[in-house]
Amino acid sequence: MDRAAPRRFNGGGPRAFIHRLRHGDEVAHILTLTFAAGILLLTSMLVYELWVNSHLSRAKFGWMFFWTSTWDPVFDNFGAAPFIYGTLVTSIVSLVTAVPLGLAAAIFLSELAPRRMSDTISFLIDLLAAVPSVIYGLLGIFIVVPLMRTTVGPILIGTLGHVPVIGRFFKGPNYGVGFLTAGVVLAIMVVPFIISVSREVLLTVPREQREAALALGATRWEATWKVVVPWARTGILGSVFLALARALGETMAVTMVIGNDPKISASLFAPGYTIAAVIANEFTEATGDLYLSALIELGLVLFLMTFILNGLARLLIVATERGGGHPS
Amino acid sequence: MRKTLVVLFLLFAGAATAGAQSNPMLLNAAGATFPYPIYSKWFDVYHTAHPNIQINYQSIGSGGGIRQLLAGTVDFGASDGPMSDDQLAQAKFKILHFPTVLGAVIPTYNVSGVSTDLNFTQKALAGIYLGTITKWNDPEITKANPGVKLPGEDIVVVHRSDGSGTSYIFTDFLSKASDDWKNKVGKGTSVNWPVGLGGKGNEGVSGLVKQTPNSIGYIELIYAVQNSIPYGKVQNAAGKFVKADLAGVTAAAASMKDMPEDFRVSITNAPGATSYPISSFTWLLIPAQISDAGKRDAIKDFLKWMLMDGQKFNEGLFYAQLPKSVVTKETKAISLIQ
Repeated sequence: MDRAAPRRFNGGGPRAFIHRLRHGDEVAHILTLTFAAGILLLTSMLVYELWVNSHLSRAKFGWMFFWTSTWDPVFDNFGAAPFIYGTLVTSIVSLVTAVPLGLAAAIFLSELAPRRMSDTISFLIDLLAAVPSVIYGLLGIFIVVPLMRTTVGPILIGTLGHVPVIGRFFKGPNYGVGFLTAGVVLAIMVVPFIISVSREVLLTVPREQREAALALGATRWEATWKVVVPWARTGILGSVFLALARALGETMAVTMVIGNDPKISASLFAPGYTIAAVIANEFTEATGDLYLSALIELGLVLFLMTFILNGLARLLIVATERGGGHPS
Repeated sequence: MRKTLVVLFLLFAGAATAGAQSNPMLLNAAGATFPYPIYSKWFDVYHTAHPNIQINYQSIGSGGGIRQLLAGTVDFGASDGPMSDDQLAQAKFKILHFPTVLGAVIPTYNVSGVSTDLNFTQKALAGIYLGTITKWNDPEITKANPGVKLPGEDIVVVHRSDGSGTSYIFTDFLSKASDDWKNKVGKGTSVNWPVGLGGKGNEGVSGLVKQTPNSIGYIELIYAVQNSIPYGKVQNAAGKFVKADLAGVTAAAASMKDMPEDFRVSITNAPGATSYPISSFTWLLIPAQISDAGKRDAIKDFLKWMLMDGQKFNEGLFYAQLPKSVVTKETKAISLIQ
């Protein structure tokens, strides 16, 4: 547009500035810059508030906060270890369950299903992603917990409990609530994200790639698994990290099915606790200053965890990009 | 277009500031969730009788109530547990405690093959929650329940995961029932439970107990009665096994011979043959000095009303009434508000 006018109006002089102002360029620039800066400002304010309000707890516990495993509001002894453990374990279990399931479903919907069916099912799956998490919590309490206690738990304890290395994860009393149940409920919640994003990414893989593979004699499955999916690798990884982000921060659904016991146990059937759950449960009634400060420090820890994991995600995506595949 | 936007903005700003005019007397209060049903009934009935006084109560939890009162954002607070000496020292002004209603906590359980009311001794409850008593057929439980066939199954303990006045009352009772508990765990709205699963709210605990075989949990009496949840009897200080009801709770409060002047007293494990041992007051926290004369008179009038007429509504919502002795003492204490 500026090419048409003979004068140069980007940069230089008050007249140029006024021209840009009147024709909306500068306004657009300032407005969008404000909004972008606003987001950054909001995030820094969040970190600042978390940092300042947790100073009592940071001063008293220091680095010990990360590996102390007591949480005692009466004797004012707080440690984040069981919560960090619980958050990580439930997120890992949910990803281990959801990623194969979600990826397989996405491959089916993009490669193998007829277009109409694929579109309808994707629409329904997108609706699933919009369901409030409390509903998933209720689903967990009324369906998953009894199932886990009466059927799935005994089967897993009976079979995998005896296998040498991973057996320790499947031992012990089974209450129905616990890490595994929370992980499964989280998996149900994050699967729609994985499916819809992966499906979109898989659909953008150019037809030439598939056709080239088929032309070289690959079977349908070989073409999909060896050519199409690697091409969409970065997008799929992105969806996995989106799912992880949701799993890390999920509060209500987890607190309903995890048993709320701040202990570190190897068994997946044992009750546990996550950072988000303990903050939601105890924040309103926290009367002592140190108690409140410890809860806020937990919030800071969660923020840090999310930050680190997202950073690792970025690194992983950059690493896979270098290994080939479509940069996204 | 730009001109219309500017005009609309100015109108909006004008309307916003105009809206912040003074209304008939509005009092703000916040605090405990346990008495919220009766408080909202009271504030509603009081407002109908005195249309120019509106009391706005937010049930954000006892901890929140205390914090907001100390910060000065509310006119008065409410708490299920009395403020500690430290908290009172932190306040910039003197705070008075006024008991309003009574509540109780009952043990509910789900034991295979048992459909009668079980008797729990104080040692039994403490042992179960400490994790020292692990099976249902432990002698401590069986000796209090002759003739009941208790299975040799592990006890699944359930407690509250969220901070709550119910936990405060229960742990206060356990601290009195067992020195071990007092030294290891202590009392509070949230404690470091040695064993057990945590359920969120009364509904979480009762849900877990209902679903999990051979489990035991504690819930509010009101919740149990409203939802027809069966519960057991607890042994009181006089050695009798009492099943909680409103009369037993009021008896516990009436039996406190030396009620302190500031009403900050725990009535768990109260003496008396009919007293229910896991009972407690819930308090309104009122500043002793209120500078606004209108607000002060409104609060004092409400307290008088609450002690005389308000108590009539308690039984309808399954809260126990304050005993006469406490009502008399409180009415005198209202004059302390200057």
